[in-house]
Amino acid sequence: MVTSIKESKGDKLFLVSVYLYLIVALIVVLYPLIYILSASISSPQQVNTGEMWLFPKEITWAGYQLVFANPKIWNGYLNTIIYTGIGTLLNLTVTLPAAYALSRSDLVGRQAFLGFILFTMFFSGGLVPTYLVVRDLGLINSMGALILPVAASVWNIIVARTFFQTTIPKELQEAAYMDGCTNLKLFIRIVLPLSAPIIAVMALFYGVSHWNSYFPALIYLNDEAKYPLQMVLRQILVLQEMTAETTGAALSGDAARAMNSKAETASLIKYGVIVVSTLPIVALYPFLQRYFVQGVMIGSVKG
Amino acid sequence: MKGKRLLAAISGSGLIRRGNKPSNKEKNQTSLGKRIWVNWELYLFLAPCLLYFLIFHYGPMYGIQIAFKNFIPSKGIMDSPWVGFAHFERFFNSYYFWDLLWNTFSLSFYELIIGFPLPIILALAFNEIRNGPFKKTVQTVTYAPHFISVVVMAGMIIAFLSPSTGILIKFMEWFGIDAPNFLSDPAWFKTVYVLSGVWQSTGWGTIIYLAALSGVDPQQHEAAIVDGASRFKRLLHINLPAILPTITILLILNMGNILTIGFEKILLLQNSLNMESSDVISTYVYRAGLVDAQYSFSTAVGLFNSVINVILLVTVNRIARRTSENSLW
Repeated sequence: MVTSIKESKGDKLFLVSVYLYLIVALIVVLYPLIYILSASISSPQQVNTGEMWLFPKEITWAGYQLVFANPKIWNGYLNTIIYTGIGTLLNLTVTLPAAYALSRSDLVGRQAFLGFILFTMFFSGGLVPTYLVVRDLGLINSMGALILPVAASVWNIIVARTFFQTTIPKELQEAAYMDGCTNLKLFIRIVLPLSAPIIAVMALFYGVSHWNSYFPALIYLNDEAKYPLQMVLRQILVLQEMTAETTGAALSGDAARAMNSKAETASLIKYGVIVVSTLPIVALYPFLQRYFVQGVMIGSVKG
Repeated sequence: MKGKRLLAAISGSGLIRRGNKPSNKEKNQTSLGKRIWVNWELYLFLAPCLLYFLIFHYGPMYGIQIAFKNFIPSKGIMDSPWVGFAHFERFFNSYYFWDLLWNTFSLSFYELIIGFPLPIILALAFNEIRNGPFKKTVQTVTYAPHFISVVVMAGMIIAFLSPSTGILIKFMEWFGIDAPNFLSDPAWFKTVYVLSGVWQSTGWGTIIYLAALSGVDPQQHEAAIVDGASRFKRLLHINLPAILPTITILLILNMGNILTIGFEKILLLQNSLNMESSDVISTYVYRAGLVDAQYSFSTAVGLFNSVINVILLVTVNRIARRTSENSLW
C-alpha cells in the first residue's frame, strides 16, 4: 500500500476497523479448524459435552487408532491415491498439448476449436444423458468412469493456454522452426521445460479435484471395494451421523443412552478421519499456495 | 465459485469485451492448405482434447432428445418413440414444480446476496493493510477451507450443529439462546447452506479481486493523498472502480448460474425432515433420473434447468452491455 506521510484521525480509525475486521475473519475461519484438530485427540466425553471447546482435553490417540485399524478407510485411501495419480496424469496429457496448440496464433481454425470447447461451459447435456454415455461406453463400476468424464476442464485449458501465450516467446518458436525443429520436439524439448509453474498449477488443480470428488463414485460405482476415500467418509461422516441426528430426537430413556454410547465411538473416529483425509492437502498447501494463487491469477489476466 | 472459474476461463479466452480490443490479423500470403500442413502436429496435440469434449460433452447433448421421447433402454436413444412435450407438461403440472423452482431460486439468490459481496469487502480490506506476516497469515488461513472436500464440509456442518453434541449449539446454550435444530428444521436449511459456503469460499474468492487491485496505479493514490482524500474515500473512488469490471463479469456469470447451485453439498445435507426447503431442481433430477430411473422425465427437467440458465445469462449479459462497457461477448 501507499505509505502516507501523515495519517489523519479518520484514517487511523478506518485502519483500526480494517484490522479488527480481518482479526474477526481470521478467528471465524480458524476456529472450526482448531476445534477439529483438538477434538481428534480429546476424549469423546469431553468433546460431546462441550467441555473441550478449544484446546484438547484428556488427550487420547484412540480415535486415530480406530481410523488406522479400519480396513475400509485404508482401502478408500489407496483407491483415492490411485485414482488421483492416474487421473491427474491423464488430465495433464490431454490439457497441456491442447492448450499449447490453442496458444499458437498460427494454428488455422483456432477460434473455432476454442468455441467448440467454450460452448460446453454454457450448455451441457445434463446428468442423465451424461450417465447414459458413460454407461454405453461400458465404464460403469470401473476406474474409467471416475477419470475419463473429467479428463479435461475448460477452465484449466484456458489457464494453461494463457500461460503459454504470455510466457513462450514467439521468436523461440520461429527460431526452432528455422532450425528444422518439429512442433513435437519444440513442445517436449523447449516449451515443457519452460513451463514448470503451469505444470505444477495444473497438477494441483486437477489433483485436488480428484482427491475431493465423491459424486462420480456415488453414481458410477456399485462395488464398495472400489470406493474412493470420499465415499467412505460419506458413510462415516454423513450417512451415519444424519441417521443418528434425525432418529435420535424421537428416542428417549434407554434407547437414547444406547444411542449416546454409540455416538461416542462414532465421534472418536469422526474427527480423526477428517484430519487424516484432509491432511495430505492441508500439509502441502502452505508450500503450494503460491502456485494455486498463481493459477487463479493467470486465469484472471485477460489473454 | 463456479462463477469465478468461469470468469477466469472466459477472460483468459479473450471473449470478454472491454473497450477496444486489438485484432490480431496477421494472415500471410501462403495458402490455407500449406498453413494447416505446416502445423499438422498441433492438430494431433488437440485431438485427444477435442475427442474428449465430443464424447463426454457433445455426446450427452445428443442424448438430450430423450427428453422428448419415451426412452426405452433396450431400444436405445434413436429408436425410442417420440412423445413431444409430455414430460415437460408432467413436470410443469406436478404439485412440486413451484416448490422446486422456489427452493432453487431462493437458495441461489440468498447465496448471491450474502456470498457475493463478502469476498469483495475482504479483498478491499486485504488491500488496505501492509504486506507482512499478519496479512500473510490471514490470507493463508482464509484460503485454506477452499480445499476441504464437500463431504468433509457436510460432516463438519453436522458435527458442529448436532443438537446433542454440536459445539455451536453448546455456545448458544451458554449464551442462553434456545437453539433450533439446524439440521432438520426446514426453516434453517438455507441459512446453514449459505453460511457454510461463506466460511468455505470467501477467502479464496478474494484472489480474483486482489489480482485486479494489484493493477491499480500507485500514482493515483499519491495524487489523491495530496488532494487530502481519506483512506476510505480512496477506497471508494480508486480501488472500487478498479475492480468494477471484475465485479460486473462475475455478477453476470452468477446470474446466469442462478439455477445451478452447489448440488453436491445439498445432496449430502438433505434429509427427510428438511426436504421441503432443501429439494432443488438438481437434486430432483438426480433422484428422478438415477435413483428412480425415470431417464426421459429427468432429462426433461434437467433441460428445463439448462435452458433457463442460458436465457438468464443472455439476458443479464444484454443488460450489462447496455448499461456498462463490461460484458461477456
